[in-house]
Amino acid sequence: MKCNEEIIEYMHEYLDEEITDEHKQLLKTHIEQCEECRMHFHELKRAIAFVQSTSHFQAPAGFTENVMARLPKEKKKVGAQRWLRKHPMLAAASLFLILMSGSVLSAWNQESALSVSKQSNLVIENDTVIVPEGEVVKGDVVVKNGNLQINGEVEGDATVINGEQYLASAGNVTGEIKEVDQLFEWLWYHIKNTSKSLISTVTQEDEKE
Amino acid sequence: MELLVKKRIKQVLKGDQDAYAEIVEIYKDRVYHICYRMLGNQHESEDIAQEAFLRAYVNIQSFNTNLKFSTWLYRIATNLCIDRIRKKKPDYYLDAEVAGTDGLNMYSQIPASTKLPEEDVEKMELQETIQMEISKLPEKYRSVIVLKYIEELSLNEISETLDLPLGTVKTRIHRGREALRKQLRYV
Repeated sequence: MKCNEEIIEYMHEYLDEEITDEHKQLLKTHIEQCEECRMHFHELKRAIAFVQSTSHFQAPAGFTENVMARLPKEKKKVGAQRWLRKHPMLAAASLFLILMSGSVLSAWNQESALSVSKQSNLVIENDTVIVPEGEVVKGDVVVKNGNLQINGEVEGDATVINGEQYLASAGNVTGEIKEVDQLFEWLWYHIKNTSKSLISTVTQEDEKE
Repeated sequence: MELLVKKRIKQVLKGDQDAYAEIVEIYKDRVYHICYRMLGNQHESEDIAQEAFLRAYVNIQSFNTNLKFSTWLYRIATNLCIDRIRKKKPDYYLDAEVAGTDGLNMYSQIPASTKLPEEDVEKMELQETIQMEISKLPEKYRSVIVLKYIEELSLNEISETLDLPLGTVKTRIHRGREALRKQLRYV
């Protein structure tokens, strides 16, 4: 290049829009005189115009979906949070159900040992509870995880949970006889009892008033 | 728009993936365009642009929310493009002269796919030529030229995007411009 390298430098300063007035003046006067530098400057501007003329591209269709499909799975916690935000009532209901069934189920699981309601005249032989012949047991009899054999009389309900009951021909139960074997029945029994006691407390309160 | 993006980023930081879809939607065209100008190939550009969004998502924790998200995203995209260019240096060039012919290059071996009206052909050809000339630039000049003249970023933004000193950015733009000037002189 015959001309001063500085002139080329000024051209770039000009193109970067960082040229000082002084340099701009120098560049201008030089270009008017020097054919070669004029060409050079023109070619630079032309090249830039070409590059800028390239049309803008749009990302291919389905681009976002493809990106989203490639993302690692989001944390479960967040999914749950978003779900909670969208369905507050459902969330409350299901939380209630979970807690309820949890407490009932744990009650179910805890008691694998034989347990009997407290009546002094009941006789226990291995896993069988016997209401002896001629005896009268007052109140409800509840046997869990065992069998109940009724030879005498029960003044109230007889309930056997997770076991069987035998009612001898001489035996007599004034109330209901219930056998609860299955988990669902146990749940149902539980719910029924809870609601019964609820109702009775309500009625009691009513009576008080 | 930066405000909206910041809001979405906060949601993404909490792990909400749906918010990220909106960010992708906002920037996909520009990221794709950068990739296309850097790589000159649609299939690869899509691949790299997707990869850039994926990287941005995975590393979103390291994004400084005081900065511009676009700058950060473009940096990821440009770096991925540069990596890709380095990995696959072509062993032949389409515009290299075919041995034993007078001025015929490999382009003459490629049949035109469809017939287009003359004007479109000219326009297409010009676009292709420009793209080809951009592709011929060394990658360090190509990235600054693409960011400056296609994304229209300021010199400072380019310096931030590429994590280069301002002086280096200027030098590369000057050299890139000179290279383009020579390449496009007879177009």
